[in-house]
Amino acid sequence: MKLEAIGIGKQLPDKSWLFRSIDLSIRQGEIVGLQGASGSGKSSLCRILAGMDSPTEGEVRINGHLLPKRGYHPVQLVYQHPEHAVNPRWKVGAILNEGWQPDDELLDALHIDRSWFNRWPSELSGGQLQRICIARSLSPHTSYLLADEMTTMLDAITQAQIWKTALQIAERRKMGMLVVSHDRALLHKVCDRVIDFHAWTV
Amino acid sequence: MKRSYLLTIISASVLLVVPLLLAALLSSKGLLSQLDARNLSPSWNHLFGTDWLGRDMLTRTMKGLALSIGVGTAASISSAIIACILGLIAATLGKTADRIITWLIDCFLSVPHLVLLILIAFAAGGGMKGVILALALTHWPSLARLLRAEILAMKVAPYVIISKQLGKSSWWIATRHMLPHLLPQFIVGALLMFPHAILHEAALTFLGMGLSPHQPAIGIILSESMKYISAGMWWLAVFPGLCLFIVVRAFDMLARSLYSIIDPSRARQ
Repeated sequence: MKLEAIGIGKQLPDKSWLFRSIDLSIRQGEIVGLQGASGSGKSSLCRILAGMDSPTEGEVRINGHLLPKRGYHPVQLVYQHPEHAVNPRWKVGAILNEGWQPDDELLDALHIDRSWFNRWPSELSGGQLQRICIARSLSPHTSYLLADEMTTMLDAITQAQIWKTALQIAERRKMGMLVVSHDRALLHKVCDRVIDFHAWTV
Repeated sequence: MKRSYLLTIISASVLLVVPLLLAALLSSKGLLSQLDARNLSPSWNHLFGTDWLGRDMLTRTMKGLALSIGVGTAASISSAIIACILGLIAATLGKTADRIITWLIDCFLSVPHLVLLILIAFAAGGGMKGVILALALTHWPSLARLLRAEILAMKVAPYVIISKQLGKSSWWIATRHMLPHLLPQFIVGALLMFPHAILHEAALTFLGMGLSPHQPAIGIILSESMKYISAGMWWLAVFPGLCLFIVVRAFDMLARSLYSIIDPSRARQ
């Protein structure tokens, strides 16, 4: 039971390669860190793993099968900028419940206040909105979570709260995680192993 | 803030309904010549005065405005439908369709409106049919371009992609995410076409390529009044011109206030 990237590569419109021949495997319940310079292709790799973009070569498999094209996607991606990840015309409650209805336990663990539900996204701070986005992506059907600089924009206390909850859920549900960050200390603290994207692609 | 926009919308709507109501209420008798009441300046009996044939200018102006609003409505709706279809095709049917439609939009936008209007109205044989056809065929490009750009931007918007990840179907995404965003833009775009269409109808008619002279159109009234202005009959041009200006401004204000209310960046207010 694992999420596998087999020999994947991504070519840019100018025909140069962003990265090539990447093999990556994340087992159930494993937390893998990914660090690398800006523009090296970490976010593109995440998008490919989540099935939002197709690789130029290679393939992504989940438990031996190709990624599903329809239905709830077992690999969920949490963006760095939550304000882009929510429809500005929807109230926060509708955004949170788009894919599933998070239970009180999860909402409490992420310190989500019920009074936010009737507000517009523009009335919430980035940190509050990011917690909504994380709760939205943590459905029981999520087998793998890709955290692309998930807590970079948050203060240290909120970061700690969110990682504590995410790690607890990952452990309880045997959910695999790919943590993309510039913060080496964070990666070494929360991950089982850390991959350097630069060393990998060169 | 929202209240002041609502107030503007209500007053603009009233300004647009008044000529329609007056046109329906005023008897067509005012359109007949009364040779004993020629060239009368504005008075209580004839608020906008009378012309060189003794026709009541208030009746002519209101009937003319109602006709202009009717022509503007027909032309704007047809134009908006053309824009919607072409914008959708360009954004969804692949690169070749997009290139052809973008090229068509550029072609239409590169020629001055009035030149195209005259050509199409002339080719269609003038009259009401010619005017509506010319207006409908020339006013769609900017709205089509806007809709195309909006749909293309929405297709790659992270929240739309996330919605797909959350298991939502394309139809669900189109109706819940895209339509609520596009519909206000479409309505406002179509509303902003009205003042253009009305002004261009008047301009076409003024130039003699539009509605036939027996119809009480604002363009005809203004065109005919030019001959009498030097004789001091200012009311023939001032009142119809002012009314046309008010109707056009009312449409403009209505569309802009509506946009301010439904613009997502102002959702907080």
